[in-house]
Amino acid sequence: MKSIYLDNSATTYTDSEVLKEMLPYFGEIYGNASSQHFFGRDALKAVDRARQQVAKAIGCNPNEIYFTSGGTESDNWAIKGMALAHQDKGKHIITSCIEHPAVIKTCKALEKQGFEVTYLKVDNEGFISLDELEEAIRKDTILISIMTANNEVGTLQPIRQIGEIAHKHGVVFHTDAVQAVGNVPINVVEDNIDMLSMSGHKFYGPKGVGVLYKRNGLRIGRFMDGGEQERNMRASTINTPAIVGLGKAIEMAVENMQKNNEHIRQVRDYFVKEVQSRISDIYFNGPKDMSKRLSGNANFSFEFIEGESILMLLDMAGIAVSSGSACSSGSLEPSYVLLSIGVPIEVAHGTIRFSFGKSNTMEEAKYTVEKLVETVNRLREMSPLFKTVKGEEKYV
Amino acid sequence: MYNDKVREVFANPKNVGFIEDADGVGKVGNPTCGDIMEISLKIKDNVIVDAKFRTFGCAAAIATSSTATEMVKGMTVDQALKLTNSQVVEELEGLPPQKIHCSVLAEEAIKEAINDYKSKQK
Repeated sequence: MKSIYLDNSATTYTDSEVLKEMLPYFGEIYGNASSQHFFGRDALKAVDRARQQVAKAIGCNPNEIYFTSGGTESDNWAIKGMALAHQDKGKHIITSCIEHPAVIKTCKALEKQGFEVTYLKVDNEGFISLDELEEAIRKDTILISIMTANNEVGTLQPIRQIGEIAHKHGVVFHTDAVQAVGNVPINVVEDNIDMLSMSGHKFYGPKGVGVLYKRNGLRIGRFMDGGEQERNMRASTINTPAIVGLGKAIEMAVENMQKNNEHIRQVRDYFVKEVQSRISDIYFNGPKDMSKRLSGNANFSFEFIEGESILMLLDMAGIAVSSGSACSSGSLEPSYVLLSIGVPIEVAHGTIRFSFGKSNTMEEAKYTVEKLVETVNRLREMSPLFKTVKGEEKYV
Repeated sequence: MYNDKVREVFANPKNVGFIEDADGVGKVGNPTCGDIMEISLKIKDNVIVDAKFRTFGCAAAIATSSTATEMVKGMTVDQALKLTNSQVVEELEGLPPQKIHCSVLAEEAIKEAINDYKSKQK
């Protein structure tokens, strides 16, 4: 049976070269990087190298890099750490309504503690309005947190301009760049970023490790209390093998970004064109200008049918994708991101995200198109909505 | 999250379609909730001789539609009215808790189809 992975936004495999770099740090070089003896020093050397690799990749100082357990922790730490350390200055935060739950729910938690949060609306391609952002800034605004790239529909926000506006008003700018790092060139200085979150497993590194970049001079609270790791900012034993993996992965990702993106775009663009020409009654969600969306992202809503059914039939055909409807997670609410960009609720239920990665081939895209056409036709045959719309009265 | 039986029924559903000269039709659900089930019945001498479905919904909705239509074939209308969603779930050897509402929809669609049939008899 085929095994085609088109869910690279959920996670990527750990590249074999990355894994090779990591392996010694599980075995012979097992020291605690905080220990003073030679076991520890060898581990620390590797962690320092990884810190440099990350710093080089995003254009900052190695001592501005803090290793965490992943994107979610980095988002939590950036936002809560900022809020708690600066609440004497103000208790207002600006974010967008299509952020990842790691940001939205963190903001919701802060609201319960007396913070006020503005959730900026987005247009029908997922972009925030820079004018609305500027209008939303108040005297007591302490933080703007806007994602670099959206995980569902691939929208690339104009982060450089967002950072510029933030700084013009003396507000700190954090960006959740979990989907963007390795896919989009980022330079924290040129892009006016004060804090940035990333996650290793989105760019062919290991799971369970992430980074928070925090500009030197910016004060935020500790998130994990305990030992004095990460310059006394993030307690917990240094996860040497994972950090080594993340360092190698980001180095490779940045080095090969152009080459990988060219290939991914070619496969993704072919797929999108084929789907658009062969399947009727669909929505292509996210930016229509392909240069303003993640290279691997293709998000479609198929009218009259439901996403989980599509996902399962594709799964049975050996194709792994992700559904945009939350029916699979138990609630009947479809994705808030899709609703925010104006996809009608009944259409949003029929959404699938295809996320292409560096190893996907044209052959895989072709096979997926064939199976997708079959799947959609088959489910539409079964759907009472399709018949009503196509035949008799229009279903409203 | 689905057991093999549900996956199998979903992949190869029975009774897909619409009976053009149906004696009773039931349509329940709502597109905004992501579930619509339409069941059509052919009834002779108070016995369900054919049942078909068209469903917009998840794998559980499609599997319960197939199973429910299969179960009511051969039943009298009164027997079919007593069909409960838990019997459908049992026939499918279980559904995830958050998918139980799909089986309720199947029960309701059958009941509505039979009520439609009965109202036409009067």
